Amino acid sequence: MSRRGWTMAAVLVPLLLLFAWVAFRSGPLAPTNVTVAQVETRRIAPAMFGIGTVEARYTQKVGPTAAGRVTMVAVDVGDMVKAGQLLAQIDPIDRDQRIDAAAGGTARSAALEQAAAALIADATARVALAKSQAERTEQLKKSGWVTNALVDQRRQELAAAQAGLVAAQANRGAAAMDSSRLGAERAALVEQRSNLRLVAPHAGLVVRRAVEPGTTVVAGQSVVEIIDPAQLWINARFDQTQSAGLAAGLPVRIALRSRPDAPISGTIERVEPMADALTEEVLAKARFTVTGTLPSIGELAEVTVALPAGAATLAVPNAAVHRVDGATGVWVIRDGDLDFVTVKLGVQDLGGWVQVLAGLAAGDRIVVHSAKALKASSRFSIVDALP
Amino acid sequence: MISLAGRDILHGWGKYMLTGVGLGLLIGVTLSMAGVYRGMVDDAQALLDNSQADLWVVQKDTLGPYAEPSSLAEDSERPIQAMRGVAQAAGVTYLTMQIAHGDEDVRVMVVGAEMGAPGLPGQPTHLVAGRHIVRGHYEAVADVKSGFAIGDRVKVRRNFYTIVGLTSRMVSSGGDPMLFLSLKDAQAAQFQKDSDAILRQRARIAASPQLNPPGNPAVSQAVNAVQSENNNVNAVLVTTTPNADPDAVAAAIRRWQRLTVYTRAQMEEILVDKLIANSARQIAMFLVILSIVSAAIVAFIIYTMTIGKIREIAVLKLIGTRDRTISWMILQQALGLGLIGFVVGKIAASLWAPFFPKYVLLLPADSIMGFFAVMLICTLASVLAIQAALKVDPAEAIGG
Repeated sequence: MSRRGWTMAAVLVPLLLLFAWVAFRSGPLAPTNVTVAQVETRRIAPAMFGIGTVEARYTQKVGPTAAGRVTMVAVDVGDMVKAGQLLAQIDPIDRDQRIDAAAGGTARSAALEQAAAALIADATARVALAKSQAERTEQLKKSGWVTNALVDQRRQELAAAQAGLVAAQANRGAAAMDSSRLGAERAALVEQRSNLRLVAPHAGLVVRRAVEPGTTVVAGQSVVEIIDPAQLWINARFDQTQSAGLAAGLPVRIALRSRPDAPISGTIERVEPMADALTEEVLAKARFTVTGTLPSIGELAEVTVALPAGAATLAVPNAAVHRVDGATGVWVIRDGDLDFVTVKLGVQDLGGWVQVLAGLAAGDRIVVHSAKALKASSRFSIVDALP
Repeated sequence: MISLAGRDILHGWGKYMLTGVGLGLLIGVTLSMAGVYRGMVDDAQALLDNSQADLWVVQKDTLGPYAEPSSLAEDSERPIQAMRGVAQAAGVTYLTMQIAHGDEDVRVMVVGAEMGAPGLPGQPTHLVAGRHIVRGHYEAVADVKSGFAIGDRVKVRRNFYTIVGLTSRMVSSGGDPMLFLSLKDAQAAQFQKDSDAILRQRARIAASPQLNPPGNPAVSQAVNAVQSENNNVNAVLVTTTPNADPDAVAAAIRRWQRLTVYTRAQMEEILVDKLIANSARQIAMFLVILSIVSAAIVAFIIYTMTIGKIREIAVLKLIGTRDRTISWMILQQALGLGLIGFVVGKIAASLWAPFFPKYVLLLPADSIMGFFAVMLICTLASVLAIQAALKVDPAEAIGG
């Protein structure tokens, strides 16, 4: 062949080869690149991942039992308080005056009681006099010195004196009752007065000072909130689909949003019997011990619960699991062909390994990653890694 | 018999090849343009394929979720799930947004899909690396086109998400790569306001006497709680049982759930005929113009090539070559040029297709059609040259 012929061949042959290559190795006719793995036997340690917020186990919202105006708030956020310590004071308005009035009423009723006692003494004297006069008149009547009419008069005088004594005694009883009523009323006012002093029901940390002096609050509205800083927990939420096996006592790892790289260990205190139907989550409380600075109440936290690893079973990466025509399965390479094998899956760990309960055997070659969704008729070529 | 055309081409084959290559690049552009159109349609199809749904349940009287905003309560999937003929129903959210990746922004479509079980509608159909989402929060699977790598942490709204898997060809109808999150995370991303907005909202509520009546502070707290809740999805994706008729299931959902339902065919119509109709027509128009221009250029090339050889043709005529032979020679040369052009064009289009920002799909059927179109155009173009050649006066061969 001439030199020209060689040059032409040197241009045309590569061009045609390139053409054949682009026609069959790129575009829709190209084989799909896949990576494969063998079905392995491994122990799957399922884990659950939830998020929650730091909450205080006990929060006391201290507020008045009746509407009133706050005159003084004695503590501020961050203060540690003892049980019984004064936190805030509600304006007593006329309570003190009413206590004074009640005290006056009690004194007056004591005086009345004294007067009633004097009246009893007077009535007793009258009875004694009437009695001796009546006895004397009876003696004289036997001797015939006085008339029957006088005897009747003396008897009537005695009866009247006795009735006067009973009335005086009743008066004194009434005065005593009145005195004790007024005393009780005063005691009630004193109690109410002391109820206006808002005191800490429990030792703890002041986390909220909701109102300032001068504010009018309604019954039940909180003025100061106190938590027990030693008793914090995470109110965690787990997706219902991934919450099988969640139980009290399981160890958890808690990563606070402020310090994601310094996880704290804790335990599940309890799984709430009521799940959230709307968000489809299970609620659980994870207890942990605070070391160092107190985490902010309400801070977001990630809670990872590791369940104990089960016995070694067959497992595949979850990237290999597909759903074809309503069946869950994996693509198995058999004799160079793709075969969709329906499998029954078990639990999954956080690394993405999923337990295979039925359908595969150890050593089966399965497709893990693929450049396109596969079909049974897909041409494929195995590569080490995609893309 | 010797091939006149072959002889002539061999005579100046370098020039001929270069002309063919030039023509080929032009054909490559035309093929690419067709590929851009096909890619656009394929993007829309891929969006539907990837959602793995037979039915799309959306807000009543909307063209959602791709062509129009649609919003319905997340729990509306439950009564649908209980209907006859429904195999699976899962809520899904779509939100196109800009997220930071290193120093630059990437435009992605955030897809929130239920991750409870493998293969639920809305999840990525296949992965090219990594694994599916396992944790209920803060994990993401991204399309490779987004440029993310496994282990990257990307910020969506106020949370960071770790990329645990990569997928391919998961794009929105606009060609934006998808970023899959768990449904709850995506709902948060879609409906959660930024801290400043929430703060201002609280202040507005506190200032309103209706929402914050004096003497009842619980009302404003309740209003705030209501406003920060987000349990909506953009659509419910439904797969039907193998023997159920999707149209019948759709009609039942429409009738009893009082929601709008689209079947695969209707969704395709919405996406292809409504959503990308204008841009597709734009490209189709450009394709037509490009084809006309290419045809004209081929015609001119062949014409000038023939005119350049007019003296030789005159000599051929002088020695008594028949017109048919001369015409055949010109036609053969034109077809040869077309062939080289097509081969080069196909190679060029295939080689530069991956570098386009949007998907370019070169269908073999399009290439075959393109081949015949090129041959037809070359044939027609050579008619002009043949006419000129036949009109040549043999005397020109010896003339000045």
